[in-house]
Formats: sequence, C-alpha cells, structure tokens
Amino acid sequence: MNTSKKTFVVVDYGMGNLKSVVNAFKFLGESAKISNKRKDIEKADAIIIPGVGAFGEAMNNLQKLDLVKILNKKVLKDKVPMLGICLGMQLIAQDSEEGGFNKGFGWIDGHVRKIKVYNNTRLPHVGWNDISILKKKPLFNNISKDCNFYFVHSYYVDCDESIVSAETKYDVKITAAIQKENMFATQFHPEKSQENGLRVLKGFINFVQNYKYA
Amino acid sequence: MLKKRLIPCLVLKDNLIVQSIGFKKYLPIGVAKIAVEFVAKWDVDEIFLIDITATKEKRKPNLKLINKISENCFVPLTVGGGIHELKDIKNVIRAGADKISINSEALEDPDFITKSSGIYGSQCIVVSVDVKINSKGNHEVVADAGKRFTGLSPIEWARRVEKLGAGEIFLNSADRDGSKKGYDIKLIKMVSEAVRIPVIACGGVGVMSDFIEGIIEGKASAISAANIFHYTEHSTIIAKAFLKKADIDVRLNTLAKYGEFKFDEYGRILKKEDAGLAQIWFERNKS
Repeated sequence: MNTSKKTFVVVDYGMGNLKSVVNAFKFLGESAKISNKRKDIEKADAIIIPGVGAFGEAMNNLQKLDLVKILNKKVLKDKVPMLGICLGMQLIAQDSEEGGFNKGFGWIDGHVRKIKVYNNTRLPHVGWNDISILKKKPLFNNISKDCNFYFVHSYYVDCDESIVSAETKYDVKITAAIQKENMFATQFHPEKSQENGLRVLKGFINFVQNYKYA
Repeated sequence: MLKKRLIPCLVLKDNLIVQSIGFKKYLPIGVAKIAVEFVAKWDVDEIFLIDITATKEKRKPNLKLINKISENCFVPLTVGGGIHELKDIKNVIRAGADKISINSEALEDPDFITKSSGIYGSQCIVVSVDVKINSKGNHEVVADAGKRFTGLSPIEWARRVEKLGAGEIFLNSADRDGSKKGYDIKLIKMVSEAVRIPVIACGGVGVMSDFIEGIIEGKASAISAANIFHYTEHSTIIAKAFLKKADIDVRLNTLAKYGEFKFDEYGRILKKEDAGLAQIWFERNKS
C-alpha cells in the first residue's frame, strides 16, 4: 500500500460549504486544501467538489474562475479520483433544469431534474433518509444495511441505473450516490451525516490511497 | 422514509449560550463551542444557533465563533442573527454553517429571500418567523425580538416567504418562549398546512411529550426547543426515545438508547424495579 500523503483539493467556486468538508477530512487525519487556483488543481491527487447553491450560479462561477477546462482534464484524462457532494454531484451531469436550462460538466450520462412530489409531500427534501446500497465498494464498505444520511435538495440526478451505487426514496426513487470509474458522488452530505458520513469519506480516502494513477 | 428531525436551538447572547424566557429574561448556560460539541454527540439531527443580539446591536455574525464551533460539528448547522446582506451569508457559510436563518432582514426587505436563495439555493435559506397573540386574540408575526407587531398573519407571511424562495420556516412562538406550556399547536398546524416547505416548530416545550404533539397534531417536519435540553444528561437521546415510543420515525444513531426505560410525566427516567435490578446484579456477578 502506498502510504505517502495524497493531496486532496476541495474546489472553491465561491459558494460551497467548504469548511464542513475540510473539517471532516481533518477529523479523519487528512488535510484537504481549499483552492480556486488552476495550479493547485493541477497538482491534486484527488478532487472534491462540494455543494451548496444553485446550479447555474455554480457553473457560471466555475467558468469565471476558468476551472472547467482543468477539471475536465484532471477527471476525464488523468482519471484522478473525484468526489462530488450534493450540488457537486449534480454538476457532473450533462445539464440541469434548475433555474432554466444550464449545462453541467457532462462527465456522466444524466440530467438534473426537479424531484416530483405528490399530495402533501414537502420540498426541499431535507433531513435524514434511509438509503439502499446497491454497490458496497468502495464508499459503503463499512456501513450497515439500515443506515441513513442527511439530504437537503430539491433536484436530483436522473441517470442510468448502471452507475447508481445507492438510492433513497421520497415520493419517488432518488439517486443517492453514483460511481463510475474514478468518479464518485453523493446527493447526501457525508460531512454532515455523523459516523455514517465519516465512514463514507473514509471509504473515499482509502480508495484514493490505494489508487493506481495512470 | 424521511425521519422527523430533532433540532436543539442554541440561543447565543453576548457570545454565551443562554436560556431565554419570553424573549425578556436570560439565564447563562455556557460556552458555545462546548454546548455544540455536547449536543452534536447526543444524537441530534441538526443544530440551530441563533445570535439574538447581533441585529439589535448592529453587529455582524461572530465568524470566529462559528469557525470554532463548526470544527467538530458533523451534523448540519444553521446559523442566524445579524445576517442582512449577501456577504454575510457568504461569510457565515465559509465559517462552517450549512444553512442560514434570516428574520429581521426578511421582514425589512422580502426580496432578500429571493436574492439569497437564487445564489445559495433555497435549501440553504431558512426564514425564522416569530409569532405572538395580539390584543384581538389572533396570531400575528412580530419583529424586533417580539417587541413590534407587523400586522402580518403567520399564514400570509409563511406563504409569501415560501413563494419568495425560502427553503424552510423556523416558527417560534414568542409567547411560549421559555414558558414550558408546550407548543402553540394551533399556530404550528395552521402554518404547516399553509405551506409545502418544511416547518420547524419551536417555543414552549416543557416536557418531552410536547415533541410528540408538535409532530402529530402540529404536523411539523421538525421539532426544536432550547431550554429543555440544558441541565439534563442525554436530554436529546431521551427526547428521541419518547418520539420512538410514539411510533414516530426518528433517527437513532447511538448505543445509548432508552427504549426499555420508563419515564415519569416530566420525562425523567424512573428507577427500575428492584426485581429487575436484582436480576442485573445477579447476571453481572455470575461470571
């Protein structure tokens, strides 16, 4: 096992709850660097895209900071491990219907849609909800079957089942986590889901530490 | 299933956590960082931190303090008090808050709700609504820490903030604050039924069973309280045990569980039967 310290970079696009993510990594013994600079992202061994905010505004900021190109290169070409959280998960889809029509990174085949609710169900979907794990490794390796995580969102990623690693149920089935090669993403907030959330982040850290870079 | 949330409300005055009684009297509890760390470990689902003097004293949110307390807080943290411009929201989130709560500014400039949720997403914007019963016996939204009646009915104001982009409503009965009389169920129910965004009920919890009423009769999505959680060990876990016994779906995430315990009418744990204690004593000493 390669034990040399890996560089985790949390992408700062001006609106994420970055501190919560960094705090959780710190608790797990890893220092994650917050940055909006191309040269830091270039050097990253793993990239975290956190999320609080509106889709369009986030993509606008990423464009203004000129980070789209470098992130495309790191994730698609260099195949560096990437973890998207909440809005960060939605940004890697092709597009979103939040606030009009906005294009995303398009790293996965999927569209961000508003959660459909019926009768008396409330939106946003906020609070702790159970998830069903479809793919245990590597994120949900140490998580018991009846587990719950903290969600807060009104939109979700509608994508092919083959890349879904966990789902949750509101009025409809909602993608809770996805994984595809070097890409991971969770709709819930692992940094705010107490022990279970920290275990998910630890799963990602372990994956990064054992990852064979191209 | 989405769980019902239990959210301790920590009231910050002059950088100390206090108990608030009727928005008028205050009893000191202690340092914020320690209070947050305590409840964060006690199976709560979120923490609501409100600085009640920031706006009055025209202060900005205390970022240093938020920075410190968020360090070991791995449940969602909502911060309110002194937030009047977009920059304040940015700073508070950067310091470690996950959501922000606005009250005065929403009343002053309702468009601020739209502006802020447009940038940070409505899931990030909680509008805090204080309500009192006016001289005609009707519920009315109040401003300036309960001192000024606004002429708005809670239903009208709740619907309006929902439309403007609020993600949740933190509904506080100023009359019941610190009264231990239980929730104002009529108020909670009318607002919960008027909007489709989650409503967090607060104000008046005196005994643990009040939480059950807030959810079942008030139809709240989340229940909050402040004073009841102080001075008692494991108070939040005991509250969860109460909810669980009433068949309310809550999250239990700790090994300390009180499911098999009996409680008195005030929510205090009753001593186990002597026969049961003798059995435990016997099991322990057997080996």
